[in-house]
Amino acid sequence: MKPAPFDLVTANDMSEALEALHQGGTEARVIAGGQSLVPMLNMRLARPTTLVDITRIPELSRIEAKSDRITIGAAVRQSTLERWPDLADRLPLLHAALPWVAHTQLRNRGTICGSVAHADPSAELPLCLIALGGTVTLRRRRKTREVAARDFFQGMMSTDLAPGEMIVSVSFPARKPSTGYAFREVARRHGDFAIVACAAIARPDGTATLAVGGVADTPRALELSADRTDLDDRLNEFAWHLQARDDLHATARYRRDLVRHLGLATLEEALSCRD
Amino acid sequence: MKDTVTEKLLGQSALRVEDPALLSGRGRYIDDLPVAAGTLALAFVRSPHGHAAIRSVDTAEATQAAGVVAVITGDDVAARTRSMTVGVKADVECWPMAVDRVRYVGEPVAMIVATDRYLAEDAADLVVVDYAVLEAVVEPVAALAEDAPVLHPSLGSNLINERSFRYGEPEAAFDAAAHRIGIDVTYPRSACTPIETYGVVASYEPGEDAYDVTANFQGPFSIHAVVARSLNVPGNRLRLRTPPESGGSFGIKQGVFPYMILAGIAARIAGAPVKWIEDRLEHLSASVSATNRQTRIEAAVTADGRITALDWDQIEDCGAHLRAPEPATLYRMHGNMTGAYDIPNMAIRNRVVLTNKTPTGLNRGFGGPQIYFALERLMDTIARHLGLDRLEVIRRNLIPAKAFPYRTASGALYDSGDYATALDRAVAEGGLAELYARRDKARAEGRRYGIGFACVVEPSVSNMGYITTVLTPEERAKAGPKNGAQATATISIDPLGSVTVKVASVPQGQGHRTVLAQVVADKFGLPLEAVRVLADVDTMRDAWSIASGNYASRFAPAVAGATEIAAARLRDKLAKVAATQLNISASDVLFEAGRIRSAGNPDNSLSFARVAATAHWSPGTLPDDVDQTMRETVYWTPPELEAPTAEDGVNSSLCHGFIFDFCGIEIDPETAEPRIDRYVTMHDCGRILHPAMVDGQVRGGFAQAVGAAFLEEYSYGADGSFQSGTLADYLLPTVMEVPEPVILHHETPSPFTPLGAKGVGEGNCMSTPVCIANAVADALAPEGDAPEIVLPVTAAKLAPLIFGDEPAPKEPVSETKTEDTAGGRKLTGEGRAVVQASREDVWRMLLDPATLDAIIPGSHGVRKVGETRFEADVTLGVGPVRGRYKADIDLSDLDPPNAVTLSGQAVGALGTGGGEGRITLTDTEDGTEIAYRYEARIGGKVASVGGRLLDGAAKVVIGEFFRALARHCGGGASSGAVARLRGLVDRIIKGGRS
Repeated sequence: MKPAPFDLVTANDMSEALEALHQGGTEARVIAGGQSLVPMLNMRLARPTTLVDITRIPELSRIEAKSDRITIGAAVRQSTLERWPDLADRLPLLHAALPWVAHTQLRNRGTICGSVAHADPSAELPLCLIALGGTVTLRRRRKTREVAARDFFQGMMSTDLAPGEMIVSVSFPARKPSTGYAFREVARRHGDFAIVACAAIARPDGTATLAVGGVADTPRALELSADRTDLDDRLNEFAWHLQARDDLHATARYRRDLVRHLGLATLEEALSCRD
Repeated sequence: MKDTVTEKLLGQSALRVEDPALLSGRGRYIDDLPVAAGTLALAFVRSPHGHAAIRSVDTAEATQAAGVVAVITGDDVAARTRSMTVGVKADVECWPMAVDRVRYVGEPVAMIVATDRYLAEDAADLVVVDYAVLEAVVEPVAALAEDAPVLHPSLGSNLINERSFRYGEPEAAFDAAAHRIGIDVTYPRSACTPIETYGVVASYEPGEDAYDVTANFQGPFSIHAVVARSLNVPGNRLRLRTPPESGGSFGIKQGVFPYMILAGIAARIAGAPVKWIEDRLEHLSASVSATNRQTRIEAAVTADGRITALDWDQIEDCGAHLRAPEPATLYRMHGNMTGAYDIPNMAIRNRVVLTNKTPTGLNRGFGGPQIYFALERLMDTIARHLGLDRLEVIRRNLIPAKAFPYRTASGALYDSGDYATALDRAVAEGGLAELYARRDKARAEGRRYGIGFACVVEPSVSNMGYITTVLTPEERAKAGPKNGAQATATISIDPLGSVTVKVASVPQGQGHRTVLAQVVADKFGLPLEAVRVLADVDTMRDAWSIASGNYASRFAPAVAGATEIAAARLRDKLAKVAATQLNISASDVLFEAGRIRSAGNPDNSLSFARVAATAHWSPGTLPDDVDQTMRETVYWTPPELEAPTAEDGVNSSLCHGFIFDFCGIEIDPETAEPRIDRYVTMHDCGRILHPAMVDGQVRGGFAQAVGAAFLEEYSYGADGSFQSGTLADYLLPTVMEVPEPVILHHETPSPFTPLGAKGVGEGNCMSTPVCIANAVADALAPEGDAPEIVLPVTAAKLAPLIFGDEPAPKEPVSETKTEDTAGGRKLTGEGRAVVQASREDVWRMLLDPATLDAIIPGSHGVRKVGETRFEADVTLGVGPVRGRYKADIDLSDLDPPNAVTLSGQAVGALGTGGGEGRITLTDTEDGTEIAYRYEARIGGKVASVGGRLLDGAAKVVIGEFFRALARHCGGGASSGAVARLRGLVDRIIKGGRS
């Protein structure tokens, strides 16, 4: 289990990184924490010819907090955000979700943006980004663009990222007043990829968002009005339309069961914790 | 003489002498050992198919690759070896590397010797194997079908051995019984998985035609004979050594032996030593697993719940080859098939079948999980059927204490026990009454809570002759009797009078060295640290026999017992030496606190070292009846381990411990997840030598059993594809999933072992899975018939029982499905696209290689090789996971320009894909609607490691093709019906997009 040969470019600044990605084109990959990419390299499932290490670029290691949003650089480790003192106050959904992301050891290496770039349909961070309506900032040599999370994730491990382009940061909308946030997940074991993960946001006007990961090819969100008389039906339709599949760990039916039951419980928790 | 130490170390939880090195990273595992200069790396090319004929193996390009010294095929190996010995009479060959056919995913097909592992793996990618894929069979019952594909044509079928046994008068007992109660049980494949994988370092000396192999092999060393025979050398030309430390085994590392043969041959061909460390994918797909088994068990039961006879029908799945010592999993329990119960009559039918799965081998519990799952689920069923309390049914059938030593129907001689008292103590001390109260309270609140029980007799110290029960009495008579279990121990005293103990027990972390130091220090009146113990093996220097090694829980009863005997012998000699020097009688000698002294006069004493070293420095002063005191080697085999009788009675093991477990399990109403509320396990393992280590064994076995019960399964597709090749898919329990069990002990020392100890390492692997299953059954159905419980018990399996019928969607949803077929899964799906072109144009495009080349994502060229046949070279994948494949595509059932069936096979470094799809074209207002339905199977590496994402990825790849076709024709990627559906979905669901 050894990787195929590749070149490693350790970029010291953005221009070095972008130049290396431009040169490498479709055969270049960014490496930061390597928690998803390195196993794929070792199993030779992925054979990029160039890896661009971005962890030494100073501006990518920042957490930038503004009044309405928190921007997290591409080299920020998951554990760094987990230990950010303002996390519970500014990003309560991530505060609830981060302990579900693999294990401490993996969070010490893995990055927030790396998880977003990898776009695993069961991953917690893409789910939170979609639930909150966050954005992804992408850069290539002569262009920077910001894409809404709901447009960024295109399918299983497939994103809007173009050849030569990299994520420089993701932005999560900060906590709003009188809004409830909740996160729940079922996995086979603690730290495993979710069978179903649910993130819910309940707003002061009674509307709510329920986002679900682990079922469809990308996390999906259901918008709910203040009138929730037909909630069970809405959840059932939502569960079916996610087109769940069987895999080794769970049946499609169980995933739908969880969307109905765990989804409801997550919503109720979010509704009940509006302050 | 009698022991003279008053405060014994044995029986205390002494600090482990192993731990300072292990806990500070200084363990010497195989990958840490220094190797000779010039040692080369070994890597394997392995089969991506469950079943295929090998047409050719092209090694030309690999041989030319950088750093490559040798590329070796199955033919090269076969030319230099003999087929490995098979344990039954059958016309079948068993090679360590595939010769003309592969029979499981991961089977070695070629090996590369190169200057490092990276280059070896680079070259492995360049070996081109041309396979003709054969139909696979992965389920044991299916393998017995008339029309099942046959793995080994020389056998004529997949049934490699069948035997029937009859003990007492089972037919009469069934006729006379008030009830005949039976169940069918499916026991899945799993294995206790060591952290450290296999490792082998091998060299070959042509001048002596001798192999020198170091491997983290665990025994039994009967396998040394198998390896030497296969390498075609006498036993003294195969030096087998083990490293000082081994990172867990649980039986699995017995299975490293085919790689000893292969590494030996690789070293011989390369002309240099070679080293191979197995990686995790190799380990999960191609080391060994425990057997899966299909069992029908029936009991003759009296009106008051007494069982008078059992009838077993077992179909054992040993995978692709019957490797030594299989089918031992099926026969290790043969003497104790009546478990803890006094059942005088029994019939057994045993069938051993081969399937396209990894060959099986030793694994913690070895045969116990399979039989006790059936037997204890049956006990639960009997209680339900008769409306009796389950504990009462157990109690009425337990072997009474006064019956020991107890001869079972099938010939085991249970050494000791008091099952009823142990059970009563567990009920009282483990708090069963409180558990019932918790259950009642939970049920009153509408929660699902169940309590389960299990009674197990845990055999230890295998009779090396038990496996010959697989032969008929006539075959056994011809082959000569096999029996016994030789344990060895050597104690040496050096010229400074310090003591070294050497055993051939090959521990994998258990703490053998500590316990033996306790045994010997007690004999000599020395502190623990004065005795040094070695437990690794060198077959050219050490005392060993076929039973050497670490398996069948033989350490405490047999190895520690042999050491006790050796220490006593040497101690008695030293007493005579000391008596001469102290001028007292030998009966007056005391060994205490590092000195040897007169019992009557404490001042008349000598240091232990001075007396002990006498034989080195002044042998002339030894008393006449003492030859030497420098080295004592003991070989011990228990007389109770006799060869199987002409009536097929077999005392399959020397010792029989007892376990009684109960547990409470609650099923979460919101998620259907089962959770252990409380687990109580009572053990009688005879005399306890080291309480903390015994509890450690119980905890470890319990943890692995929790894994087997809830998490672990080796999963195969119907085509033999292996689907659990990473630890993200083969799920081991972590500390978060394993609760702390309540451990209780009841000691009835074994009269058959020198220290009164019995084995304790495997019991919970036998008792815990079925105890959990019984509790889950109680939670699901407190009364009446219980649903069938098949491990692992997952929330997904419980969901339909917890949540009931599923509400249907208002709008029908097109589904991508994976369907269960005979033993596996296949992906089916459908889709639609509307293109702005006429049916005729679309039809032409589908049949035109240039168009196909233009639209197939990642195409490197499409060639038409026949009117309806194409060859394509494509790169396929999702995200960063991409692989290059060669694809053969056939068109059939052509109905121009309306419909066509595409079928194809793709082969690449990442694995294989196969499938077929029906494409239909219909006119619409906007152009032509292309509708497709497909079914696909994916195998090889990507199936083994991609598990969770595989079906989704396949859907992406297939969808990409049609989107590209639509784009090529100028249509939208999503239009028409798809767009209408999407629009509907998107109104409900915000987020994501196609």
